[in-house]
Amino acid sequence: MSSLLNATLAELGAELAAKRVSSVELTRACLERIAALNAGLNAFITVDEARALADARSADERRGRGEAAALTGIPIAHKDIFCTRGMLTTCGSRMLANFVSPYDAHVIEQFDACGAVLLGKCNMDEFAMGSSSETSYYGPVRSPWDRGLVPGGSSGGSAVAVAGRMAPAATGTDTGGSIRQPAALTGVCGLKPTYGLVSRYGLVAFASSFDQAGPIAKSAADLAALMNVMAGFDARDSTSLERPKEDYARDLNPDLATLRIGLPKEYFGEGIEPGVRRAVEEAVRWFEAQGARAVPVELPNTELAVPVYYVLAPAEASSNLSRFDGVRYGHRAAQYADLADMYARTRAEGFGAEVKRRILVGTYVLSHGYYDAYYLQAQKLRRLVARDFAAAFERCDVIAGPTSPATAFAIGSKVDDPVQMYLNDIFTIPAPLAGLPALSIPCGFDGKGLPVGLQLTGPHFSEARLLGIAHRYQQASDWHLRVPSETPL
Amino acid sequence: MSLSHDQVRRIARLARIDIVAEESRTVLERLNRVLGLIDRMRSVDTTGIEPMSHPLELVQRLRPDEVTQADRHELYQSVAPAVEQGLYLVPKVIE
Repeated sequence: MSSLLNATLAELGAELAAKRVSSVELTRACLERIAALNAGLNAFITVDEARALADARSADERRGRGEAAALTGIPIAHKDIFCTRGMLTTCGSRMLANFVSPYDAHVIEQFDACGAVLLGKCNMDEFAMGSSSETSYYGPVRSPWDRGLVPGGSSGGSAVAVAGRMAPAATGTDTGGSIRQPAALTGVCGLKPTYGLVSRYGLVAFASSFDQAGPIAKSAADLAALMNVMAGFDARDSTSLERPKEDYARDLNPDLATLRIGLPKEYFGEGIEPGVRRAVEEAVRWFEAQGARAVPVELPNTELAVPVYYVLAPAEASSNLSRFDGVRYGHRAAQYADLADMYARTRAEGFGAEVKRRILVGTYVLSHGYYDAYYLQAQKLRRLVARDFAAAFERCDVIAGPTSPATAFAIGSKVDDPVQMYLNDIFTIPAPLAGLPALSIPCGFDGKGLPVGLQLTGPHFSEARLLGIAHRYQQASDWHLRVPSETPL
Repeated sequence: MSLSHDQVRRIARLARIDIVAEESRTVLERLNRVLGLIDRMRSVDTTGIEPMSHPLELVQRLRPDEVTQADRHELYQSVAPAVEQGLYLVPKVIE
């Protein structure tokens, strides 16, 4: 079974199709692995073995009827931000610690429809606000490379589920880097699609003009297979894009000789750990050896991206999270004097420190007298960041750089300093400001033996191209197949 | 700019979040660090730049004004803290 746990989705699909393994056997193997590792890693908040095995039996029956689709019988771990009917959906918060969702998110429906197995719900930073998966009400997620280190965040549980070989693939969401940064820090692959490609219906909202769901898996080809299930128009999300369905695996072997790779000088400047720089530069050299051309480009407003994001995202969060008032669902304080007191105590008890901080920042920047100076100014600068990318893509096809300036850091080392935590996202925040697709793939290790992520960003709707470029690299390297040192198979 | 304790109390009241006395110093100190970060963008000249509210510059899609959803209030209210006869219960607002 250990080779199955390290297999790609295509390999698992072939094993299932040839009936060399059943979905029930595969699901059991994952459940056993979770039972062995989760106490130490804290990647899952909820694992419903009965539900997973029932899904697996249905998948095996479906295959028996000759009706198997792509991913039928494949166990998938979902970030606990996606509403799942009849199952706890906590968003990593005390506020939703009692919330059994009455409906399914669109992403959950899509995986159900193709016969995938719902393996469990993954731990995350509370309401997806964080870069370390430490702010969860359910305690921090730990890295399988070193349990004293963070896995990144906010989709840290999903990334660790895949990195620790507990699940073949997982879903995540990315607002300012929450798929790509944990993928980079744990040595797996993650894609943030173009804004609007994957429906946000049933995804607990953080910052609605940024939030985008996407896949986390061991390889770029696996990400493509997952995107084929996740993406698609959904009328229930007012920002869902009405576009023809596309096959994200259609261009997995692109010609690299004509490729122009943009290298922004802002992504290779000061503040990047030497081990990260070395690994990313070596990956770029590999592409050059295949005939690709490295083109220097400029993204001059990169430094403003973090401050702009930390105005806009908290502003949107303060509005979105106003729904948690102790009236319709979730936590309600036990003691209160009147209605106003019930709201204030419910929210004080239900939200953790980071969520409160972002709501307060958002409330402030939207308040009378400060709106123009903060919120409107940030929206104007958002346009400048988007223009930088548009100008760069006149000269190159894809932009490469490090996903994160540093490899994984120690649990507890940045929780007391929000600004240090925020600056960790300097390279992942610009793409969502412009609604662009971006992915992270492993490209080596630093001197401490920790994984380094290579980020590729492309123009809107260039997912298939990005995945193809990444796939070519993964055919010539095996960084993505390295099993973390603390969780050997 | 730095916030004062009074300003933080006002913002917390607007946000309907109770801040207890013991945590108010930490809340203020960390909020001011975040404001120090975001203040970096205030001095940039943005004359003539249109604000960008949608990353793809699209407008909201409209739909015909037709009933598309069934009434599921019992299911949706099954997760509420307090419900009676289809109504959400809250503390008395009017004496």
